[in-house]
Amino acid sequence: MSRDLRNPLARARGLGSAKEGVSHWMLQRVTALGLVFLTVWFVVTVLGLMHSDYATARATLAKPWNAVLLAALLITMFRHAVLGLQVVIEDYVHTRWLEVVSLVLIKFIAVLAALAGVLAVLRVALGS
Amino acid sequence: MAEFTLPKNSKIQAGKHFPAKGAKNVRTFKVYRWTPDDGQNPRTDTYEVDLDTCGPMVLDALLKIKNEIDSTLSLRRSCREGICGSCAMNIAGTNTLACTKAIEDCGSGTVNIYPLPHMPVVKDLVPDLTHFYAQFASIKPWMRTQSPAPADKERLQSPEDRKKLDGLYECILCACCSTSCPSYWWNGDRYLGPAILLQAYRWIVDSRDEDTGNRLDDLEDPFKLYRCHTIMNCARTCPKGLNPAKAIAEIKKLIVERRSA
Repeated sequence: MSRDLRNPLARARGLGSAKEGVSHWMLQRVTALGLVFLTVWFVVTVLGLMHSDYATARATLAKPWNAVLLAALLITMFRHAVLGLQVVIEDYVHTRWLEVVSLVLIKFIAVLAALAGVLAVLRVALGS
Repeated sequence: MAEFTLPKNSKIQAGKHFPAKGAKNVRTFKVYRWTPDDGQNPRTDTYEVDLDTCGPMVLDALLKIKNEIDSTLSLRRSCREGICGSCAMNIAGTNTLACTKAIEDCGSGTVNIYPLPHMPVVKDLVPDLTHFYAQFASIKPWMRTQSPAPADKERLQSPEDRKKLDGLYECILCACCSTSCPSYWWNGDRYLGPAILLQAYRWIVDSRDEDTGNRLDDLEDPFKLYRCHTIMNCARTCPKGLNPAKAIAEIKKLIVERRSA
């Protein structure tokens, strides 16, 4: 085994501070707070539609406020999910290339999924 | 990936058994043994200790083992009263100081004793804390000021400001908390860990220190600070009853405070 001849302090200081991380921390909490309200609204709305038919459900979603809130829920949810998954990957994936690929991949997937979801809401809301 | 299973040469094997002949009040200690010299895997040796001729603390038992049963056992100890932090180890599943942990508080049955978790082992119960100490040095744990010191007296501090250091200055850097933290296990190369962050906060709240901004700058990093996910093992294990998780939360609060929400 070859010994690391660097001073331990050089190893501990590493590349220094990234001077970021607080935005991630803050956004994770703000999106979580948003999701609390949006999820309650979503569950209540869906429960209200329990015994209604397709046309009623569609009409309910097409109401402007419902469409706006559902789009907000989708965007907030995927943003929050990316922030959380990023932490999990940084915690556990220590193969550098795999880490970078996973971090980029979850962002691509989340953006596509959020866009697809919002498009679906728009189609219902705008009736096309 | 993080490694959740031990590599082949780290698998722990059964070791020797040292019975206590003729003793009536016996407690069994199972102790992790590994030496770099013989190329063997680690093993756990079992020692029976006669409690009638042994002091009340786990350290008393370990020293009795070393003095009377098996002199090859290696461990660190110095003050035997919980102020030096040398004898930090994993006793009955919890990181603590052997000198302040009473044998009778170790539950029933065999007392398992291992070195601090997820640290390189030098020998037996002696972990390699080089990186831990280097991380401590990296936060420059001394008073940093711009103003010159008063010519004929010390820098003064009000009793209220002094109170803010309570719960922080008591830390003896035994590494029990850092080595109990899963985030430190998986990312200890970059994450500073609860002990070092508590020490960093000790200087951040010191009213006499004048380098708070730079201290916060140095800590604001996804790995150095934000690997803390408030798991709270640190607060639960601290043998001095301190709360490193709270100190870390205070650092995060200060970093939020100096920017716009």
